[in-house]
Amino acid sequence: MSVMNKSAKKDASPILSVRDLKVHFPIPSKGLFAPDRQLKAVDGVNFDLYPGETLGVVGESGCGKSTLGRAILQLIPPTDGQVAWLGKNIVGAPHRDMQPLRRDLQIIFQDPLASLNPRMTIGEIIAEPLVTHKPELGKEEIKARVKRMMARVGLLPQMINRYPHEFSGGQCQRIGIARAMILEPKLIVCDEPVSALDVSIQAQIVNLLQELQREFDLSLIFISHDLSIVRHICHRIMVLYLGNVAELADRDSIYAAPRHPYTKALISAVPIPDPEIERNKERIVLTGDLPSPLSPPSGCVFRTRCPFAKDKCAQEPPVLERVSDSQEVACHFHDSI
Amino acid sequence: MLSYAIRRLLIAIPTLFIVITVAFFMMRIAPGGPFDQERALPPEIEKNIKAAYDLDKPLVEQYAIYIGKLFQGDFGPSIKIRDFSVAELIIAGAPASMQLGLSAIAIALVFGVAFGTYAAIRQNSAVDFVVMGVAMIGIAIPNFVMAPLLSLVFGLYLSILPTAGWGDGELEYKILPIIALALPQIAYIARLTRGSMVEVLHSNYIRTARAKGLRETLVVNRHAIKGALLPVVSYLGPATAAVMTGSVVIESIFGVPGIGTYFIKAALNRDYPLVMGVVIVYAVMIILLNFLVDMIYGLLDPKLKSR
Repeated sequence: MSVMNKSAKKDASPILSVRDLKVHFPIPSKGLFAPDRQLKAVDGVNFDLYPGETLGVVGESGCGKSTLGRAILQLIPPTDGQVAWLGKNIVGAPHRDMQPLRRDLQIIFQDPLASLNPRMTIGEIIAEPLVTHKPELGKEEIKARVKRMMARVGLLPQMINRYPHEFSGGQCQRIGIARAMILEPKLIVCDEPVSALDVSIQAQIVNLLQELQREFDLSLIFISHDLSIVRHICHRIMVLYLGNVAELADRDSIYAAPRHPYTKALISAVPIPDPEIERNKERIVLTGDLPSPLSPPSGCVFRTRCPFAKDKCAQEPPVLERVSDSQEVACHFHDSI
Repeated sequence: MLSYAIRRLLIAIPTLFIVITVAFFMMRIAPGGPFDQERALPPEIEKNIKAAYDLDKPLVEQYAIYIGKLFQGDFGPSIKIRDFSVAELIIAGAPASMQLGLSAIAIALVFGVAFGTYAAIRQNSAVDFVVMGVAMIGIAIPNFVMAPLLSLVFGLYLSILPTAGWGDGELEYKILPIIALALPQIAYIARLTRGSMVEVLHSNYIRTARAKGLRETLVVNRHAIKGALLPVVSYLGPATAAVMTGSVVIESIFGVPGIGTYFIKAALNRDYPLVMGVVIVYAVMIILLNFLVDMIYGLLDPKLKSR
């Protein structure tokens, strides 16, 4: 379904275009007179997102997934690059211009309970975007909409006056989703929405997101480090490594034929629910840790852990190259490995 | 909530009792007595006086007599300030101390929270460093330095306020002691507020509020301030008790006829009943204010409300 869905949408123009997006954080130097250093959390990311599409963003901890998600929504100001929403660049837009856009651009956070103000009832939490963005609605209308949305995400509407700590993790994430959905946005960035939940709840939340996507023609950016979930929900997948895109491809292409050595290693690590295959499959185990983003390796950032690294990799950073209709890879030697 | 409040008040009774007991015996263990003077009194006279105040009886019996009278609401007579009962002295001193204390704490709360919040919003900016630096100085300068300085500048050099004294309790006499009492509290509350505000502003639900598209002022006023005030509220209990029962130093420097002045005189003169009276007032105040603080806490934190 997903491939058909995607190819159907491909003719449409993208709703979101990210070009050369960079987020660098200044890190105060240790010495008194040494210059500040730059932490390059996101370092030149490009992609398009189409209506109704789900883009998965995967990578290990610290690779810049969450920073990317927040920078797209301008919750973290990008250092450089463009984020075009419906063709209009929103990087550096003043709050006045950004505020109406927040109706369309929403986010769901990783830690469901901590993301809810403990001193507000969930009714107040879910209603706040409406109160802020559509103050013309009456009190009764807002309450009715909140209750409708609560029911839609699987919460009992009569729980409207309870506080967040009275709910379980999965319920809190439903509150977070209701809060994001109440304005009927066009894009939701899901920042590891299920990684804090246990597996059975994960499935419920993922299914809920998929239902809502179909119902409201949502676009999703789904940030995760769980490749099984990403495979289940995403149409396209972007693999990030140290703030750089390693590979960007269709779900089916990337799982069937990963081209970047890092992607290969990631995919080979996904457990297969069949002990026979699982035991005999070939695993590519990466050695070493993620290098510090404060001093990333020269050339290709992955070369320090890449089993195929050659001299060229240390000298020249690879660019994202289109290798097929649906697959882009940033590797000098994607043909030969 | 109500049963919690009642339980809290009931627990306060034994607490108060322990405070009274400890204070009573510690006071008596200290060497010296109310009638020790450079020239010893004739033994018969001393014996008579001691008998008049029950000081010749065994300590435990004295304690029993004191507690017994206390239950009837009798704090006893002052030994040193003749013809006055302890209750009379406290009632005479309390209004001045409380006025100063309450005004000082109210001012400290308004300015401290405002400065602290502003510094937190502009974290690590020049404004932040200046506010926190001044606050640090405010905490570091002891009030026996600050009070004479204020008196010198505003009383003597500028001659716009009286240097000390109480007059008939006119406002102009109160301004300097209130400022002197409030300054270190402003500084302390500003630092407390900044610290917790910085923490709250980095919390996830504030990020959510920003993602909703709220203006920064709304994010701070609606979402952040309640949480950031919790440590300030818990500090306010003991702080209010301390400034209301009279800062010993401030009251004696400005010549304020408050409880603090009595406290120091009584302690130096071994005026046992007066010391006990002030201790009890102080203890009741602290217990009550802490109780109030806990109740306010419940209102600020819904997790406690249901208990």
